[in-house]
Amino acid sequence: MDLSVRIGSLTLPNPLIAASGCFGYGLEYEQVVDLSTLGAVVSKGLFLKERQGHPPPRIVETPAGMINAIGLQGIGVHRFVKEKLPQLRAHGARTFVNVCGSTLDEYVEVCKVLSQAEGVSAIELNISCPNIKEGGIQFGCSLTGTYEVVSAVRKATHLPVIPKLTPNVTDVASFARASEDAGADAVSLVNTFLAMAIDVETRRPTISNVMGGLSGPAIRPIAVRMVWECYQLVKIPIIGMGGITNARDAIEFMLAGATAVQIGTQNFVDPFVWGKVLAGIEDYMTRHKVERLSDLIGAFDPSPVRGDKPVVGTNL
Amino acid sequence: MANLRLSREYSVLSLAAPEVGARTRPGQFVMLKPAGVTDPLLRRPFSVFEILRDSRGAITGVSILNKRAGRSTKRLYDLEVGDVVSCLGPLGLPFTPVSAPRQAWMVAGGVGLAPFATLAESLAASGTPTTLFYGARTSDELFYLDFFGRLGVTLVLATEDGGRGVKGRVTAPLEQALKSVGADGAMVYACGPEPMLEAVAKLAARYHQPSQVSVERVMGCGLGGCYSCVVPVKHGNEEANLVRSCISGPVFDGAELVWD
Ligand SMILES: Cc1cc2nc3c(=O)[nH]c(=O)nc-3n(C[C@H](O)[C@H](O)[C@H](O)COP(=O)(O)O)c2cc1C
Repeated sequence: MDLSVRIGSLTLPNPLIAASGCFGYGLEYEQVVDLSTLGAVVSKGLFLKERQGHPPPRIVETPAGMINAIGLQGIGVHRFVKEKLPQLRAHGARTFVNVCGSTLDEYVEVCKVLSQAEGVSAIELNISCPNIKEGGIQFGCSLTGTYEVVSAVRKATHLPVIPKLTPNVTDVASFARASEDAGADAVSLVNTFLAMAIDVETRRPTISNVMGGLSGPAIRPIAVRMVWECYQLVKIPIIGMGGITNARDAIEFMLAGATAVQIGTQNFVDPFVWGKVLAGIEDYMTRHKVERLSDLIGAFDPSPVRGDKPVVGTNL
Repeated sequence: MANLRLSREYSVLSLAAPEVGARTRPGQFVMLKPAGVTDPLLRRPFSVFEILRDSRGAITGVSILNKRAGRSTKRLYDLEVGDVVSCLGPLGLPFTPVSAPRQAWMVAGGVGLAPFATLAESLAASGTPTTLFYGARTSDELFYLDFFGRLGVTLVLATEDGGRGVKGRVTAPLEQALKSVGADGAMVYACGPEPMLEAVAKLAARYHQPSQVSVERVMGCGLGGCYSCVVPVKHGNEEANLVRSCISGPVFDGAELVWD
């Protein structure tokens, strides 16, 4: 059975990737999961300098999901390279670095630092954080902005560049296309959906930033739809995410066109999710006689189903 | 293993988790979630209350002191023997123990009693003179007094309605005691509502005694992954930093926490 997938020049042993901001810097989880067994690990979003993020409370649970406004607290790229990368390498992790910037120059600068470091497999360009004004969303919500920042980073690094797209736009696929045109090696989607929840007893916000990003199973059907839309428009690989909790969900994203998938919120619920999803994927491959997992990418058949047959046994 | 209802709000939930029990040190916590439940989605953090042993002394699990407040704690309150709970832990940094001649003073407010059962046991084992300052709303909500009594812990009680012990806040008798603390000094341990923690940390500092405070924050993962549970901490003259209470706490030096 072959579970490997290819993203540009990279080959991952399996398609499961730890989502940015949901796995610390990876090392926090070394006791729980062998980092080398993951397809890749994405770091928390990093700017050039350290950041404190938003005051707590930073998360609130909502039906089948959670809203977060962490505000990209982070140690900055220099400390990451010095303190975290060597250990990630020692663990045999394939590390994707989630890169943030307040300006185009900052994105380029952070990517240059990472290009010179050893042990970075790819750059995930965060142009989609909904929680801070200067967090790249001004690039991620404009087609020309997306094109410009991806082109600039493309010129500044030899590493694979993977823009992470926001779902908070009318037509995500056009942003995938702009990224592809600008030389991106892949795109990842989705980041969180801008959301808010009010404490009706006090009439106050539930999190300090008032608004935040919604993640978890609540967003999965929308994320699957967005991956499918992008898959039909672009040729570069898509890394899909949004509410994946088990093997079924991961396979759903792959059928919709994802080459690899990321898991975020479910890792909070169950940090042992990785082995379970992998085992579930192998089970699916056995049941469906799939030799190479990559054969499932985009293997969704959109032809109409008959309305008199109820959907059963799919455990949506 | 059991879910002992202490009142209409409080219960002691005993979990068959020998490995967790064997590894837990006083002040550490576990992340719990009833198995198979997807709503609420996230686990909740609970201080380990007791380390459970069978009649021969072998560790069989841990218990938690649960107070019904929201949906998750209600679900845990309603669990019956045989229900399965997913338990991740032990997590976080424990209390740093002290030993005689310094005394140990534990200050608990309500459900903040939880981390002190295991701490009292380890202090008793080392022969450290220990006092529990324990405040609750009413005398019905003062639990496990016999347990602490058997360990030789001196009890100082306070209830808001004056039903038992001092009427009012537990910080009042604490301040009295601090005023006359002996030359050997006391280590003040605290767990309870945030205003109580702030008052205790400030009182301890005013009377030049060290304190260790166990904070409670909304937590996403308990493992350092999500950066939800941060608290402002200040070392010396450095600027305050937001640090994760799950892996750098939940126990902090009371003098280093910044209160807003
Ligand atoms: C607490 C939290 C922090 C996050 N931080 C980041 C981040 O730093 N950079 C980023 O690109 N995405 C971040 N995300 C978004 C996730 O990587 C992911 O895109 C999103 O949560 C959807 O996946 P999920 O439903 O599996 O969690 C964060 C999500 C959460 C819940």
